[in-house]
Amino acid sequence: METVKINDIACNDLPWKIQYHPERCTLCGSCIAACTFDAIGPKMERRRITFTESATPEPKTRFTAQPVIAQANKIKNFCRGCGVCERVCPNNAISSSRNPDSRFNVVYATSTGTGPKRGGRNNLEVQARTLDTLRVGRISQMTDPSLDAQRHVFDCLAPLGRILPANSLPFDQAADGNLVQKGHTPPVHWIYPVIIGDMSIGALSWRMWEAIAMAVAYLNEECGLPVRMCSGEGGMPVRLLKSRYLKYMILQIASGHFGWNRIIQAMPDMVEDPAGILIKIGQGAKPGDGGLLMAAKVAEHIQAIRGVPKADLLSPPNHQGLYSIEESVQKMFLSFNAAFKFRVPVAIKVAASATSVSVFNNLVRDPYNIVGGFFLDGIDGGTGAAHDISLDHTGHPSVSKLRDCYLAAVAQGRQGQIPLWAAGGLGKTGNLAADAFKMMCLGANGVFTGKLILQMAGCLGNDHSRCNACNTGLCPVGITTQQPVLVKRLDPERVAENIVNYFLAMDVELRKLMAPIGNSSLPIGRSDCLVSSDKAVADRLQVQYVC
Amino acid sequence: MCRIGAIKSRHYVHPSQALLLMQSQQKGHDNSGFAMVMQDLGGIFENYKHLPTLSLACTDEGLQIAKAIMDARGFRMVHEWEPQTNRQPGLDIQAMPHYVFQTFDYPETYADASQKDKEELLLDTRLELRAGMEEDCKGFAYSFWPDVVTLKEIGDPRDIGTFFNIWEADDKFTAKVITAQCRQNTNYAIVRYAAHPFFIQGYTALANGENTFYQKNKEFQQNLHRGYIGFESDSQCFLYTLHHVHHELGWPLPYYKHVITPLPFEDVVKREDQQQLLALRQSLAHLEINGPNTIIGVLPDNTMFTCCDAKKLRPVVVGRDEDTVVLSSEVCGINEILPNRNWETDIYPNEREIVVIDNNLEVQRWKQ
Repeated sequence: METVKINDIACNDLPWKIQYHPERCTLCGSCIAACTFDAIGPKMERRRITFTESATPEPKTRFTAQPVIAQANKIKNFCRGCGVCERVCPNNAISSSRNPDSRFNVVYATSTGTGPKRGGRNNLEVQARTLDTLRVGRISQMTDPSLDAQRHVFDCLAPLGRILPANSLPFDQAADGNLVQKGHTPPVHWIYPVIIGDMSIGALSWRMWEAIAMAVAYLNEECGLPVRMCSGEGGMPVRLLKSRYLKYMILQIASGHFGWNRIIQAMPDMVEDPAGILIKIGQGAKPGDGGLLMAAKVAEHIQAIRGVPKADLLSPPNHQGLYSIEESVQKMFLSFNAAFKFRVPVAIKVAASATSVSVFNNLVRDPYNIVGGFFLDGIDGGTGAAHDISLDHTGHPSVSKLRDCYLAAVAQGRQGQIPLWAAGGLGKTGNLAADAFKMMCLGANGVFTGKLILQMAGCLGNDHSRCNACNTGLCPVGITTQQPVLVKRLDPERVAENIVNYFLAMDVELRKLMAPIGNSSLPIGRSDCLVSSDKAVADRLQVQYVC
Repeated sequence: MCRIGAIKSRHYVHPSQALLLMQSQQKGHDNSGFAMVMQDLGGIFENYKHLPTLSLACTDEGLQIAKAIMDARGFRMVHEWEPQTNRQPGLDIQAMPHYVFQTFDYPETYADASQKDKEELLLDTRLELRAGMEEDCKGFAYSFWPDVVTLKEIGDPRDIGTFFNIWEADDKFTAKVITAQCRQNTNYAIVRYAAHPFFIQGYTALANGENTFYQKNKEFQQNLHRGYIGFESDSQCFLYTLHHVHHELGWPLPYYKHVITPLPFEDVVKREDQQQLLALRQSLAHLEINGPNTIIGVLPDNTMFTCCDAKKLRPVVVGRDEDTVVLSSEVCGINEILPNRNWETDIYPNEREIVVIDNNLEVQRWKQ
């Protein structure tokens, strides 16, 4: 008897199973063509058919070879459940469904000797998000009237840049009593309180990155919303660096220093200063693990921009050569401030962790007045490629850490001096306005978001492990891939339109939240506005408990 | 709602006028208290203008504690007045056993001290008095400053007037500047300290309405200055911001308005001084107020002013004749004090201005 291959990988080992209905299938091939993972393919099946040709039953048997669509039984080609096959099938003949009995984490490691990697989404969270247990509870009534959200003028801007305490402002009094400035103050830009988070050209397809840049320019120039976009590590096209649109971009330098060569070379030809510099020390999705861009995604133009060969690009977990907070402040801030002649705010991004408050406390006493912002990224964020283990099992949610940082500033009477920006799963439920508002009440000056932007573009992934294959370069909608055929699936103008519309809607929603509490400016630090129905959350964040 | 009022006059005015000013607005407040600060004193205090007067409400024990503290610091009492109180039954007032106004000479060690050192001494002494009498409400030290007396009490303002015998005007207890408020703040516990006006180092402020930004104001102020304590009322924040901007930072009064109600960004960028205004807004974002408030303030030189939140959600009126300017939440208050004035010149300040009354009783309107 032939050995039964029960030890081989089977489809029911994999996280998703294909549901196929041959009776509906016309074998048009759309699903196979659309599946970027090669998780499905044509297959011949031998079918035994019993039939009768007479009036009384005289069963006969016939064998036929029938073409079908079948799921690949390979670890390399496992189905991600993205559902593209279902989208393109004209006859509703195929779909994917979650396999609750998956042995994937075991079979992947036993077959490959390495852990699974994926695009960043936090799949282990089982309870409600902290932000969802919070409500805006202080609704103005007769003592402090609420505002008309449609007509009232709201001031929805947030600072990026080092803010001096009032007694350090270089002011003199003129003869008429007016204050006049007599010295340099650090640059501060007032921008929209939602920054489009740092996703590099390389992590995103060029069409996707261009679509975001287009949306940002449109929001600024046509809609009057001064939204800024962070480049992510990896540099930017030289034409953009030399264009007037650079003023909408925050340039990021991370530990790999990818792309900085080009930025520095372009400096003499820049006609505008960038909106800011963001030094990435850590990120929320794979804290302490550094960035990871798989060789599969390192296309030719990425190699050109970054000046690298086609290989896995690993940004080290730390800026190599910087071994302390003090040193990082001195070296990086001084050098990047000096590079732009102290005209551009330089901020720092760290991952929320047990130590982020220590870092903040150190920076907030920055004697050089050059730390232009503290960006705090939480575990729920992340679109980049990473090892499963980092994504799921390291890091810290950002809400309580942000609160800790704000309260640390309060305790020192230094709130606002280094603007706090927070991210990490904000807008995870689709409503960024509510999340941003609550984060501001807890002390954030503004928020930044990445993953949500991908969803605006049509990302199919979710937080229950659907798709999440940003690392493979096989993104079925062309967002996180560099393969020309796949990139063409994305319509950049449509994506830009989606982003613009989302921001306009969110702006209205922000006002809708500011109006009932009677606030005409952003509710920074107004924790008195929040209530929580979760006692533990209320105690931890120092907001009112309601039940 | 709270009702606030203020009188600034060329002549000495008796507090009965302040009672009348507030009484006519009775429908606008809840009769739960009356408080006033008198500055530029006349009558029995006229000869002691250069020396600090302590305003106390206390028990016997509190009085002893206060005496011990003042003795220990080397202050020498030169004048004392305890108003004769009318403790008749049926009055709606939660009276303290003693109301004491004591004028002191500075300790001998301060004979050659600078003005600043004396100011710090007076503040520290008041803070020590407050802390010393705090337990079991043994006493309340409202102000300790030259030419200033403060009276605060919980109860019906009419009965408070009767209790202190201040319905009948006389020339013993008078001042050229009187600020007053009816009704206590009810957001927090009702304590005597919570009643407006509030006072620190020559600055007086009182406000109408709720301070929506109380939480962020307070969180910022509590680290700014040792004297910024208490926060029994959300309106105390207005005083501390005034003190911080004008006294600590040394900026002129117009900047107070720029700090508490910064111009919208779209207006700031049109200004020549946008750099300064943006810097102010950035650095002092946590001192912003959002309303609904009207604020009346008095500076150490007795300049009086009023301004509103940026949305102008609470009313205030300024009325005047040749000798007196009256500020009031409601115009009926002014009608009571200045019935024969030309009401057509009354000022209803708007949300972007400060109305200032200087010591020549010139009324100026400063647009923000």
